[in-house]
Amino acid sequence: MNPTFPPVADLYRVLPELVWCGFGVLLMLFQPFTKNRGFLGAIGFLGAAAGTAASYCAYQHTGLGFFELIRFDAFSLFFHLLVGAVATLVILASDSYLSRERLDAAEFYALILFATAGMGVLASAQELLTAFIGLEMSSISSYVLAGYRRDTLKSSESALKYFLLGSFATAFFLYGIALVYGTTGTTILDSMGSTDPSSVLLKLGLALILIGLGFKVAIAPFQIWTPDVYEGAPTPVTALFSAGPKAAAFALLLRIFATVPAATQYWFWAFWILAVVTMFAGNLGALVQSNVKRLLAYSSIAHAGYILVAFAAVTGMAASDSPDGAVPAYAAVLFYLLSYALVKVGAFTIVSQLGGKDEKYVTLEDYAGLSQRHPVAAAALSLFLLSLLGLPVTAGFFGKFYIFKAAVNSHLIWLAVLMALNSVIGAYYYLKVIVAMYMREPAEDSAATAPVAFPATVSVVLAVCAAGTVYFGLLPNQALRLLLEKTLIGGLK
Amino acid sequence: MIAPGNHLLTVLTFFPALGALALMILRADDHAWIRRMALVVGTFEFLLSLLLIPGVPLGSSGYRLELNIPWISSPAIHYHMGVDGLSLWLVILTTFLTPISILASWNSVHHRVKEFFVMLLMLEVGVVGVFLSLDFFLFFLFWEVMLIPMAFLIGIWGHERRIYAAVKFVLYTMAGSILMLVGILWLYNATGTFDLVEIQRALQSGALLLSPTTEVLLFLAFFVAFAIKVPLFPLHTWLPDAHVEAPTAGSVILAGILLKMGTYGMMRFCLPLFPYASHKAAPKIAVLAIIGIIYGALVALVQPNLKKLVAYSSVSHLGFVVLGIFSFTAIGMQGAIYQMLAHGISTGALFLLVGMLYDRRHTFEISQYGGLATPMPRLSAFFLFAVLSSLGLPMLNGFIGEYLILLGTYIVHWQWAAWAATGVILSACYLLWSYQRVFYGEVTVEKNKTLPDASERERFILATMCAVILWMGIGSAFLIKRTAEATNTIRKQMERQQWPAEAAAPALHNGAAVTLNSSERSSSR
Repeated sequence: MNPTFPPVADLYRVLPELVWCGFGVLLMLFQPFTKNRGFLGAIGFLGAAAGTAASYCAYQHTGLGFFELIRFDAFSLFFHLLVGAVATLVILASDSYLSRERLDAAEFYALILFATAGMGVLASAQELLTAFIGLEMSSISSYVLAGYRRDTLKSSESALKYFLLGSFATAFFLYGIALVYGTTGTTILDSMGSTDPSSVLLKLGLALILIGLGFKVAIAPFQIWTPDVYEGAPTPVTALFSAGPKAAAFALLLRIFATVPAATQYWFWAFWILAVVTMFAGNLGALVQSNVKRLLAYSSIAHAGYILVAFAAVTGMAASDSPDGAVPAYAAVLFYLLSYALVKVGAFTIVSQLGGKDEKYVTLEDYAGLSQRHPVAAAALSLFLLSLLGLPVTAGFFGKFYIFKAAVNSHLIWLAVLMALNSVIGAYYYLKVIVAMYMREPAEDSAATAPVAFPATVSVVLAVCAAGTVYFGLLPNQALRLLLEKTLIGGLK
Repeated sequence: MIAPGNHLLTVLTFFPALGALALMILRADDHAWIRRMALVVGTFEFLLSLLLIPGVPLGSSGYRLELNIPWISSPAIHYHMGVDGLSLWLVILTTFLTPISILASWNSVHHRVKEFFVMLLMLEVGVVGVFLSLDFFLFFLFWEVMLIPMAFLIGIWGHERRIYAAVKFVLYTMAGSILMLVGILWLYNATGTFDLVEIQRALQSGALLLSPTTEVLLFLAFFVAFAIKVPLFPLHTWLPDAHVEAPTAGSVILAGILLKMGTYGMMRFCLPLFPYASHKAAPKIAVLAIIGIIYGALVALVQPNLKKLVAYSSVSHLGFVVLGIFSFTAIGMQGAIYQMLAHGISTGALFLLVGMLYDRRHTFEISQYGGLATPMPRLSAFFLFAVLSSLGLPMLNGFIGEYLILLGTYIVHWQWAAWAATGVILSACYLLWSYQRVFYGEVTVEKNKTLPDASERERFILATMCAVILWMGIGSAFLIKRTAEATNTIRKQMERQQWPAEAAAPALHNGAAVTLNSSERSSSR
């Protein structure tokens, strides 16, 4: 191949990443000159929003780019919008947190933007090494962000754990790529079609890739890090972790395991078992938590399990005679990730705001009687928790409903029953928080008695998340129709 | 046929929600206006629901005032509402008990008054929605939504162990209903629709044939959810806790209406959709129902706690309802519907009375009372009336339901009727005995000597309840005429062109239907 420059259209296909990285670099350049958090926050917000908007620009130039390394299609567009929106909301919500904890703003926002760019690469990667670069970009920024409260022990612990286990998982991922390359002779996903999927080496490579990505999305038994990292990281960062990287890693998983012919077969039982183990690990773990951040961390493990149920449905269908039947299951995953991101960002934003200086108030006791002093915050958090629980008139209900439907559709009745059982276990610990907020009396020194302000930026984030949760809970039609569009799923293949 | 533009059912369902919104605008400390507003909304909703009676003409089969609007295109979910003789009275019961509960909570709710009435009205939305929806998805939605206000009513305004009771209530109900969701999805998967009418048609015409095993599993997925709600022995353990801890209004709604959602579900879904499984399971369910009748009565007999006593009497009375339903006879099912309504009113009245005693003495212990007839003759008279109605005195409402159920059951299995009849005797024992211990004899506790008699507000509530009890007892034909066609429809829906190979076509006791209809005609004309 001649060493030529790629055409200009290729640059459009990575425009969101370019914008995010550009603004990240800009923030780093500003850092020596200003410490003004408001100004830096505005730049960060602008960058995140501009990058998100730029994905529409990229969508005008769909197709493969950079010698088949990346592919921008409706699927990438969805994930670019998702991670971009998450980053935008998180940056908006971080301003008051950074002021309260007296942390530097420039690096914080820059790292969020770099991480988001990494997630964007993951979502449109069409080749495994490109995916690896995206994964590393988002991971390394995440390690730093987790330890951003340098002077707290928990934050450093969080960063170290995340880094050690994360790099271990990355090694798995890389080794998997090597094995896949060794068998198929290519790392480009599209070119793997003709390979014999029953090759042991290929299976092993894919399994290693699954483990590497499984770590990122907190699938049991690779989920051990989640509660500690989520607890120790600054709460806005936790909001980012629980929504952004998870969605991006699931995007890649979908691209590989649901669409590449060589990878769709033989994986049904793996996803079936992983789904069950993950759901139980998350839900049973959450039952005994008294720290709200940890509780939400376990809940996000459980939710990864629910998403895997849809994966089992996809792989079950894709291997059968009617692969088109898998379409609703893809849509279910995407809708679930959307509803889940809204809810988790909203919930963690409230937790971050109520935490007070040094995140003092994060236990259930601190939330007792919250509804009396902060009725709006309590109501919003209840809405988010009910959505996680999957109660009607929230986005979470339809998310779960579509996954249920996909599972029943693929005749996975027992998996659906196990998921149902897990939803009931989940109901218990979500209710525990709501019960504390509404039915218990506040303790002496707690979030319920402390003066907590909700500045305009945070209120906007909460309003967006709450409105989205209710909107998709009442009228999921529009979104779902878009997700079911043939172009979206067709773009996958 | 009513024009499709008729939105009476929509208005009926969501009017309380509108009222709740209006309440939220009021100032939180303006208790007087909050109460008045809630009462006005509740009363208006009741009057509105009376419009349903002319909406369901006598002898009309099928659903009336139907409304079918697409809501979500994929999966095909419709906003499909309709009313028939079965749901008609249950809706009216709901809208009747809600203003009564509002009035009953007038002085007994002191903190977070606004939220209390908002929750009460939201609960009404959920329950009315459950009774009126004809789309499985919509039904499930209302079924789940209703949980939260009820849990809050118990959890915030309840007694000492309220949180435990509220969480137990939610978890029990969710465990059942989420399995029902799997069943609903299975049906959707097989038929491509959530519409009850269409699924019914597909099953009845043989377009959708279920294998015996599938049918039994599906039946169970639905039945367990409803049995928890009823509650059928041995799934009843949440009920005493929820009742004892709930505030008076919560207990009235819980016993009066929510339990009926279970029996309603059995009649609306389990029987017409899965007749083979229903017939197959009937003997086992009847045994459970009879155990419930006798066990509930025996536990009530030894209860030292007055409210728990009434709660266990509900387990016993609802056992009758389940028995009547699963006798599959027209008389038994008619009796079951009637008993649902009668139990709603008479147990509602009992809970109101127990609540009034609690307002005065803050205890439910029977040993703390005794000789109350002396300081409060009026209240004790009302109490006696409610007790007599609950134990099934002829001329009052409790008698007709139990009589019809026993009659209907006797036609099929005289042993079932014989065992269940012991429940009638036991109910007389525990109710009269507890009445004697609370109201007769000497006043044993000093504090009780000066207790005030029923206030004007309380007298109004109780007089209304007693009037309804009496009216239901002597004017039963008015109610039964309107449920007859619904019962016949259910029985018709249970017929199948083709029964599963191994199952012999179960004999439906048509003779019984004729008997009832002719006797009914002679009595009403």
